[in-house]
Amino acid sequence: MTDGVIVSVRGLRTRLGQTEVLRGIDLNVRPGEVVAIIGSSGSGKTTLLRGLNYLTPFTAGEVDIAGHRLQPGMDERRHAPQLRALRSRVGMVFQSFHLFPHLSAIGNVMEAPRQVLGLSPAAARTRAHGLLARVGLEGHGEAFPHALSGGQQQRVAIARALAMEPAVLLLDEPTSALDPRLSGEVLAVIADLAAAGQTMLLVTHEIAFARRVAHRVMVLAAGAVAESGAATEVLDAPRAAATRSLLGVE
Amino acid sequence: MCIIVGVRLPPRQAFDKAQRMKPRSAAVALACLVAALVCATPVAAADRLAELRARGTLRWGADMQGGEPYAFQDPDDSSHLVGFEVEIAAALARRLGLRAECVQNDWLTLIPSLERGDFDMVMNGLEVTPARAARVAFTRPYYAFTETLVVRAAATSVHGLADLHGRRVGTLSGSLAFDLLRAQPDVEMVLYEGVEEPYIDLEQGRLDGVLLDNVIANRYGLARPTLRAAAIVGDGTYAIAVRPDDTPLRDALNEGLAALIHDGELRDILTRWRLWDDRQAHLANSSTATPAPPVSGLTTVHLLLFLRAAGFTIVISTLAMAVAVVGGLALSLARRYGGTPLRAAAGIYIEVFRGTPVLLQLYVLYYGLAAVLRLDAFTAAVAGLGMNYAAYEAELYRAGIEAVAVGQTEAALSLGMSRRLALRRIVLPQALRIALPGIANDFIALLKDSSLVSVITVVELTKQMTITAVDVRGWLLPGLLCAALYLGLSYPLSRLARRLERRLTPAAA
Repeated sequence: MTDGVIVSVRGLRTRLGQTEVLRGIDLNVRPGEVVAIIGSSGSGKTTLLRGLNYLTPFTAGEVDIAGHRLQPGMDERRHAPQLRALRSRVGMVFQSFHLFPHLSAIGNVMEAPRQVLGLSPAAARTRAHGLLARVGLEGHGEAFPHALSGGQQQRVAIARALAMEPAVLLLDEPTSALDPRLSGEVLAVIADLAAAGQTMLLVTHEIAFARRVAHRVMVLAAGAVAESGAATEVLDAPRAAATRSLLGVE
Repeated sequence: MCIIVGVRLPPRQAFDKAQRMKPRSAAVALACLVAALVCATPVAAADRLAELRARGTLRWGADMQGGEPYAFQDPDDSSHLVGFEVEIAAALARRLGLRAECVQNDWLTLIPSLERGDFDMVMNGLEVTPARAARVAFTRPYYAFTETLVVRAAATSVHGLADLHGRRVGTLSGSLAFDLLRAQPDVEMVLYEGVEEPYIDLEQGRLDGVLLDNVIANRYGLARPTLRAAAIVGDGTYAIAVRPDDTPLRDALNEGLAALIHDGELRDILTRWRLWDDRQAHLANSSTATPAPPVSGLTTVHLLLFLRAAGFTIVISTLAMAVAVVGGLALSLARRYGGTPLRAAAGIYIEVFRGTPVLLQLYVLYYGLAAVLRLDAFTAAVAGLGMNYAAYEAELYRAGIEAVAVGQTEAALSLGMSRRLALRRIVLPQALRIALPGIANDFIALLKDSSLVSVITVVELTKQMTITAVDVRGWLLPGLLCAALYLGLSYPLSRLARRLERRLTPAAA
């Protein structure tokens, strides 16, 4: 790993069936940096993000993330210890939350610290309380997911990911399943995290939010990087055709 | 010879019959089912004989499972019945100017079916007992038997029932031997539904003696070199039963029997079946003078026996369900997450156990494997039911696991959980919740299926009902009591299941 870089992606290629979804992606992220990945549907944004914790295996290239290396051909069974070690340092927030419906909000947040890190119930509970407060959900700890709004559920999901104190947080279209009113409360939480120096890779359609929060923006088109650079540069003076079309600029 | 004209098969006996029935006769039986039901209309007694003459047939009820030498399927031609009773029926019918038609009926319910009018008479090793004489009219006897106690040849010290105190003695429920054994509270009675099985169990050491009519003992017990006759414990006679108000028919049958005895035809038939002995010579002097005892109703003793049997049903069902829930989980996990051989083995297990009748599995487990695996009846009942239901539970879990979204596993893995941990903490609790209503339903079904274990000598609720029904000479009251107890067991269970479901599914609350 290069010094001062917490995520390093080199020549990442992913083939799903007959389709080459990613065709050689390079990316470096420094600690504390927020990188927004944008692109039209089918450009490979989500596949790239899911490649970074190997939920979607890639076919070529190399990833160094939070001190762990991912290589093509790794197997969920044979490389279980390596994948576990990596994933406990890299959190993920999903588009449709995937909260555990049989656990309360605080149960969702406590689960991994208890079961993976081996924290005592009291320690896990203290940590979970703090995180729920941080995402604005103090007092909702005993509620079950079905009793929470979509925005509240996504904030619990963020707290759940943060409970592992991840070096890198991957967010896959965290507000796409929410109406604008509810997206706002989730975006506010993400902005707080950014301000607090949490390293994040964010796949999003919210261009305005990306401009406000992201240090850098990477534009994907047809599985390749169309354009990448400082958020203001890319979004205010788009050079690539894909970016211009995405931003509706002619 | 006699053509099988109708077969009424209660579902739980279906396998017993199928075992002995070749496919063609099973088809014939099925085809005759409708005919049998249509024909089962009681007719006023007075013109019964005229009715029979007009119809031209004498319909008699028997159970082919009773087997050789009574009435059984001709091994060479399964559409025909043979046996000494078949020949007596044919000879009697001929003398009445009729043709004999045999109607298959489960042995234990021959008398209720006679009362319903399914046939005109019963002739199937029906022993003349006071209890039966109170309910039907018996003709004069056509055979005199003894009750033979059979033990293992090695048990040289056994000379009678007195030597078997505290030991297990097998017999058929509803038989005279059953009454004799019941009068011996020191002997533990074990009930069977077939004539072969008690002797198998005696050889295997699950029993210490078998008390049955000498006709059965000679054919099925003493044919085995490891067994010997220890004593003659009692005697009695077989006679034909007709409905009590069918006096003209009974008189006609008595005349016919007298003629068969006096012209030597009965002797010829019995000799041909190697059943003739000195006792039969006295048949000429026999009458049917059996005093009927007062009919007893349901007593407190019956109620206590019912409660005990219900307890047995609960214990067996609960233990079997525990086996099924744990075994089913192991099967479904092996099938989903195991290596190729394990997956295949679990798949085969599930298909075999779901695809064959549980009654057959109980038979194989208890009797079939007796030579290599000597389980006691209780263990075999729990294991047999449990192993069968495990296959169903496995499918319920599988459906439950599949219904839990992939995203749940991904979320768990993305938090650094191992696949095993994700399964245990995240997927299975949700899958269980989805499977729970099905599991509760299966438990209720198992509660009722547990009645099948009576074929391997366990006296549970349904078996107690059939025993009591014979005692009190009526099926209605014991049947209602039995149904009430089953309902009393299953209804709270379904309520509990619904409450559990609500607790585990807060969304539905």
